[in-house]
Amino acid sequence: MQELVTRAKALLADGTVSRVLGWKNGDMSFNPEPSFFETEESLAEFVYDGFCGANLSKYMIEAGKRDGKTLVFLKPCDTYSFNQLLTEHRVDREKAYIIGVGCRGKLDIEKIKKAGIKGILKIEGADAELNDETLKIKTIYGDSEIAYKDAMLERCHVCKGKEHMIYDEVIGESQDTCDKERFAEVSKIEAMSPDEKFEFFKAELSKCIRCNACRNVCPACSCRKCVFDSTKFDASKKANTTSFEEKMFHIIRAFHVAGRCTDCGECSRVCPEGIPLHLFNRKFIKDINELYGDYQAGAEVNQRGPLTNFTFDDAEPSIVKERG
Amino acid sequence: MSIERNDQFRPKIVAFCCNWCSYAGADLAGSSRLSYPADVKIIRVPCSCRVNPMFILRAFEKGADGVILCGCHPGDCHYSTGNYYARRRMTLLFSMLDYLGIERDRVRVEWVSAAEGVKFSTTMNEFVDSVKALGKNVRLGDLRCKN
Amino acid sequence: MQRIGLFVCHCGSNIAATVDVKKVTEIMAMEPSVVHSEDYQYMCSEAGQEKIIQAVKEKNLTGLVICSCSPRMHEATFRKAAQKAGLNPYMVEIANIREHCSWIHKDIEEATEKAVILARAAVAKVNLNTPLKPGESLVTKRALVIGGGIAGIQTALDIADAGYEVDIVEKTPSIGGRMSQLDKTFPTLDCSACILTPKMVEASAHEKINIYTYSEVEKVSGFVGDFTVDIRKKARYVDMNKCTGCGACMEKCPSKKNLSEFNRGLGNRPAIYTPFAQAIPNVPVIDTEACIKFKTGKCGLCSKICAAGAVDYEQKDEIISQKYGAIVVATGFDTINLDKYDEYAYSQSKDVITSLELERVMNAAGPTKGHLERLSDGKHPKEIVFIQCVGSRCSDDRGKPYCSKICCMYTAKHAMLIRDKYPDVNVTVFYIDVRTPGKNFDEFYRRAVEQYGVNYIKGQVGKVIPQPDGKLLVQGSDLLDNKQILKEADMVVLATAIEPNPDVRKIATMLTASIDTNNFLTEAHAKLRPVESPTAGIFLSGVCQGPKDIPETVAQAGAAAVKAIGLLAKDKLMTNPCTAQSDILLCNGCSACANVCPYGAISYEDKEVNDHGIRETRRVAVVNSALCQGCGACTVTCPSGAMDLLGFSNRQLISEVDAICL
Repeated sequence: MQELVTRAKALLADGTVSRVLGWKNGDMSFNPEPSFFETEESLAEFVYDGFCGANLSKYMIEAGKRDGKTLVFLKPCDTYSFNQLLTEHRVDREKAYIIGVGCRGKLDIEKIKKAGIKGILKIEGADAELNDETLKIKTIYGDSEIAYKDAMLERCHVCKGKEHMIYDEVIGESQDTCDKERFAEVSKIEAMSPDEKFEFFKAELSKCIRCNACRNVCPACSCRKCVFDSTKFDASKKANTTSFEEKMFHIIRAFHVAGRCTDCGECSRVCPEGIPLHLFNRKFIKDINELYGDYQAGAEVNQRGPLTNFTFDDAEPSIVKERG
Repeated sequence: MSIERNDQFRPKIVAFCCNWCSYAGADLAGSSRLSYPADVKIIRVPCSCRVNPMFILRAFEKGADGVILCGCHPGDCHYSTGNYYARRRMTLLFSMLDYLGIERDRVRVEWVSAAEGVKFSTTMNEFVDSVKALGKNVRLGDLRCKN
Repeated sequence: MQRIGLFVCHCGSNIAATVDVKKVTEIMAMEPSVVHSEDYQYMCSEAGQEKIIQAVKEKNLTGLVICSCSPRMHEATFRKAAQKAGLNPYMVEIANIREHCSWIHKDIEEATEKAVILARAAVAKVNLNTPLKPGESLVTKRALVIGGGIAGIQTALDIADAGYEVDIVEKTPSIGGRMSQLDKTFPTLDCSACILTPKMVEASAHEKINIYTYSEVEKVSGFVGDFTVDIRKKARYVDMNKCTGCGACMEKCPSKKNLSEFNRGLGNRPAIYTPFAQAIPNVPVIDTEACIKFKTGKCGLCSKICAAGAVDYEQKDEIISQKYGAIVVATGFDTINLDKYDEYAYSQSKDVITSLELERVMNAAGPTKGHLERLSDGKHPKEIVFIQCVGSRCSDDRGKPYCSKICCMYTAKHAMLIRDKYPDVNVTVFYIDVRTPGKNFDEFYRRAVEQYGVNYIKGQVGKVIPQPDGKLLVQGSDLLDNKQILKEADMVVLATAIEPNPDVRKIATMLTASIDTNNFLTEAHAKLRPVESPTAGIFLSGVCQGPKDIPETVAQAGAAAVKAIGLLAKDKLMTNPCTAQSDILLCNGCSACANVCPYGAISYEDKEVNDHGIRETRRVAVVNSALCQGCGACTVTCPSGAMDLLGFSNRQLISEVDAICL
């Protein structure tokens, strides 16, 4: 982490960048939050550890509107989002100085809590550079432990790899933490009966409080104005006179990001109700891969997305019925 | 205003038809007096690619029991490529609906040319039958699935 | 809210027999926004239209719903009536209660109910209609023809004869194209040059035709009626105005051993050359890679010998920028590369040649002066084997899936000509099918078999093996006799598949004209608009659209010319007002819409916007309404809903959905 701070200070000092986009501690040490640092002094608050799951790519949309370059720290998986935003002309490469940061999997505080560890005071072993296999947790009830792997975010178990897709320089080592089949969860649902599927999603989606956290964090949801907030699809010219948007929110959102979603998993990470929202996006990705060939949004800049592309012999929609 | 005779279920079916092929195919079905149930109501769109998945979801939310999209056969699109995009969009949408546990037979895409009045009529008869067999659409009224 | 007038047509009894028109009229009169509702026998009649006009005037209507036959039938009629009444013609919607209702339903109650719902949907839509105005754009009365083969020449002549200026851009040093390489043409066996050369001369002499040879299209911008094209005129190093075409330079050029492109590499040409004797223009070019002066700085013989002083080693490429109203693509074809067909030993033996090479061999001006001889040793062949469908109708990725169409006929021609001139030569043809649809084609083929004794074997050749004695061992199968055949041949001729000129991809991209998986340009409609590209103002001539023989090419060239003339004859173009429109405040500038636009109608501009007080420069989509054809692909791709389609807007369509599902 110190190396990142040193480098950031140097880049600020020599004028290469005008500000730094990174993370700083939140109210607890295990919930750091994205932050802009405008001065070398302010970097004292900079933090980078296992809990810095937040994908900073989306903040680069706003950063791009400001004068000068912004130094941004991107983990390998974040770089896919940045590339996708570049493809969509939403971020300005010229305004970004990208340091690829090392990542050995990011942690999910909810998983730790679910493991029965409550009253957390301090967590040791979450530093980005260390390779501790175990997290040592001090709680108000005494000391506790959990394997690093067991505390990882869902998305890290289906890690896309340790390579940064775009960067100016890379600091730190990364690990490919993939130890699960990416589409296993989706396949499991696909194998259910229609009634089971419906009951499953009903149980999950009923929790939704429409807080918009998923939408706000999603790097693909980068519209200046979301369709859910505009009158473009409302016959009555008035917003929210019907509950249509309300009811169809998640499916429409998933469709809007289909082919553009990099599967960064931020939606599931931030959902306060713990809805596995990535299951929608990943279903589209699985279908796209199976029907139109493997496609990873953000793997390259200016790829043609699967929904703005076609082949003459694409599958017919009836395949949904035929494949059973 | 719905006529329910003998307590028979009468589905609400929305059919989006492209102006150049399928709408003309429906016209041909009409001039050939090839009947299909009155439950089917056609909305004219310039091209199958004009149909936003949101329109389909909207129809379901408003109480449609089935939605069918008809366009020119692949390769024959008036705008050359529109139905190719529609095909991908609908495939993914239908797959998602299936994934959510929505009955597969509530949605359909059929390519109907201006010369295929018979196909238009047959397709609509089949589609109405399959939707009738499913009964009323309850699940798609609210995909957030709140009770 | 609109003040809507609603009219229910009886269509005699066509509608009224099944739909209770009075009831529909009554129910609809109660709809909010409907201020006038009436029914009439025949709405499309003069009297019916008069009723519409009267009602508009008396009740100050702002929108009309006509419940009648299909809009495909009378939408235009009712729009005109609206216009007569002083309404915008696009404030009219049709509820199709005939084809989609009365004609297919028997139960009056059911049909009436449906008619009301369809009428409500139309009312809901009209409520959201906005007056639309077709745009106008000016037409530049000049056409560009890309490619100077027979297709391009014919198109240019036809357009020029109609009185319009035409420019031909040809990549090679001379016009003439593939046809100039052919010896004789089927099924009449005319000498190709004898029928082509007069056309070439006519084109070059035509006061309305301007030919840019040794030139390529570099950039295309604009849209139908108003294209701007940059043409790169490559340096010939010979002044076109000074050169007299005496040919002395070519004779004196010491760098003689350069493969002649025109002779398919079977003969040589000097470094300063015209491709063939009848080249137009008859002005040589210098091949700088072969020229000693360019390579070493020494020589300069051609310059010294040229009495006209036309040779200019300092000449530079020139860019010509020109405006056109219409562009015709006539880029033609080439034969496929045979690298993947090594079993035919094409690369191993000089005596295995393609049919196009055989054309040069048979031609009096060709490398063998028209004598049929083996290219390896100059000996007279006794056995010639023709292999059909080399790379055509191919199911794997080595070749092409399509039939090249011309091979069956030219092979019959070759076989016949050889048997006629050299009765001592045996000719065998291995074929999959013999396809001879065309006027006098099958008769021609049968002459080859019956009169000239050409031996046709249904079956494919597996391998051609060059023998130590110079012969070629052909291994094939005879499917009809179900046996393997081993045949010694002196020459093997491959009916090589044709493919669109490789440059067409680049050109199609510049023109935003779509091409298919085989690189053939796509027609606007496969049946009804076969010589137009879906991109307005782009027309297709010749093999660039699909395999064709000469008469078909000439016919299509004429058709393309007529379509181009039809465009050029107009002073202004009325554009379809139902085009896409981008909301500048909602647009993300993400380019998704431009990716799906088949017409290249969407571009991006940095625009100054004022978004509720925030002033900034944004990259936003701009639709060129002259190019947009209104398919709506962009509207669905747009994640923010910034892109919408006039006449079929998101809100209009949703209001129809709502009305139907109510």
